[in-house]
Amino acid sequence: MNKSSIPFGVWFLGLFLILLLVMVLNLSLGSVSIPFKITIQVLFGKEPETASWSYIILNYRLPKALTAIVVGGGLAVSGLLMQTLFRNPLAGPFVLGVSSGASLGAAFLLMGTSLFTGWTLFESINDISLAVAASLGSFTVLLVVVMVANRVRDTMTLLIIGLMFGSITAAVVSVLAYFSDAEQLQRFIFWSFGSVGGLSWSQLGILTLVVVFGLFFAIFSLKSLNAFLLGENYAKSLGIALRKSRFLIIAATGLIAGGITAFAGPIAFVGLAVPHLTRQFFNTMDHRILLPAVFVYGAILMLLCDTIAQLPTSAKVLPINAITSIIGAPVVIWLLLRKRKLFF
Amino acid sequence: MEKQTAYLQVSALEVGYKTEGVVRNVDFTLNKGELCGIVGVNGIGKSTLLRTIGNLQPRLKGSIKIQNKDLQDFNAAELAKEISLVLTEPLASSNLTVKELIALGRQPYTNWMGNLTQQDESKIQNSIADLELGGLGNRKCHELSDGQLQRVLIARTMAQDTPLILLDEPTTHLDLYHKVQILKLLKGLVQEHQKAIVFTTHEIDLAIQLCDRILILDGKQNPIGTPSSLIEQGCFETLFPTDMVHFDSQSGSYRVNK
Repeated sequence: MNKSSIPFGVWFLGLFLILLLVMVLNLSLGSVSIPFKITIQVLFGKEPETASWSYIILNYRLPKALTAIVVGGGLAVSGLLMQTLFRNPLAGPFVLGVSSGASLGAAFLLMGTSLFTGWTLFESINDISLAVAASLGSFTVLLVVVMVANRVRDTMTLLIIGLMFGSITAAVVSVLAYFSDAEQLQRFIFWSFGSVGGLSWSQLGILTLVVVFGLFFAIFSLKSLNAFLLGENYAKSLGIALRKSRFLIIAATGLIAGGITAFAGPIAFVGLAVPHLTRQFFNTMDHRILLPAVFVYGAILMLLCDTIAQLPTSAKVLPINAITSIIGAPVVIWLLLRKRKLFF
Repeated sequence: MEKQTAYLQVSALEVGYKTEGVVRNVDFTLNKGELCGIVGVNGIGKSTLLRTIGNLQPRLKGSIKIQNKDLQDFNAAELAKEISLVLTEPLASSNLTVKELIALGRQPYTNWMGNLTQQDESKIQNSIADLELGGLGNRKCHELSDGQLQRVLIARTMAQDTPLILLDEPTTHLDLYHKVQILKLLKGLVQEHQKAIVFTTHEIDLAIQLCDRILILDGKQNPIGTPSSLIEQGCFETLFPTDMVHFDSQSGSYRVNK
């Protein structure tokens, strides 16, 4: 019970070690299982006896593990931002319609061709054009939400408007799905399963850049995030510029969650569950502590989920979205049963 | 004479929503070292007036000046060093510890990250001591009683270190003992720290006993004065419709009509 007596520094050191451990675990397990020791040797530049292991680790598993870290950490941070901004423990990065916007973009690209016959703008559908379409979709929705946010003072109203945008885009997506053929539908569904694999080093670079930009905005909002814990009126009385702060926080979420969804698909639950998990262990509401903690927790959780999704030693890969939900939902239920109320 | 030196000057103020004034003709001044209660019937606009003075909502007419400078001419950061608030709205997060909440009062003085200096820490400790909150520092706000939470919120305004403190119904939901406790603490802060404190209340009896000045919102003249002068003028008699209660000027309290 005496969690607060352990210094935060010790927690962070422990978390960091766990992160490294989980990462090596993630790298060594998969369809081909590579011994722990050799995995570490390869990471330090040593050529293993089996040459293919080095290729697997450096060109396939390492970018995947790093993607998982960026995706998990980023989604968790954007969840934290949204929960504080909307004073709502159930808010996640997707309440603003970021993910539904991305889905809409992806759906138009993958399934829209059958609706607008002759529309051959994206003749060759590849991962890059998919990422571009999804980013465009999420940014369009986000732009509308930000415009609304500047007119609507009340955050609860904004939350509901975000949910409504989500409904509208979901409806458009299902209309598109109805008119598309089986192959197109399958492609879209595979995208919506989410995946942290398959990104090249350069794609990973772009994703990381976008997320780092978002994190930069988030770090710049630390003080106002703490003030928002009191409520908007109190924050205003403490000298926080409400509009500017809200805009910064929304922009941070948009960049982080939008970028991640574009590259990795709509990954559920990490954004909602991880901030709650983190608050269990770090007995504080201070965002200066929570923000880095939430990032590391999210990264660990995502690496674990990805390790499970790989189904070690088998060639099959489960959809990561299913794994995060299977792990995430019981966690939230457990928290609710333990605490009876999600204090935040 | 008083008008020139007063810390807070409110004149010809009209407050309300959109273009419809809820309260008109509010004129008063307040010095540091004065405790002022705002009383009036439900819905007359006590909170609206307080929120307007606290710059949470725009005024419709008139002026609000702090040390001869209009509220509009302050930027947000400057104003945060002049006015601090205790509102009736619930905290966005009740998971804050007492110390975290009080520490947020230091925000106008901290750097862009909000890191606390030695001076901030000692201000926080002083506020905890002033409001008799020793030993509660690591408690979560949702674990506190209503009276304790109210004291924590007041301690936060002390940490914010502003000359003017505005409180919206600080004694609601409290029993008589804790109502008196809060008001006596406010009185103490006014006397010891030379604060100017304005609060809205329904506890007219207590306000008469403890306030330096009372502003009565009656929808017409909105008289302000010392409790005794207001009693002499008979201002309390007309505050409520007389079919239920009458004011007994001898005891300075309301009596139910027999």
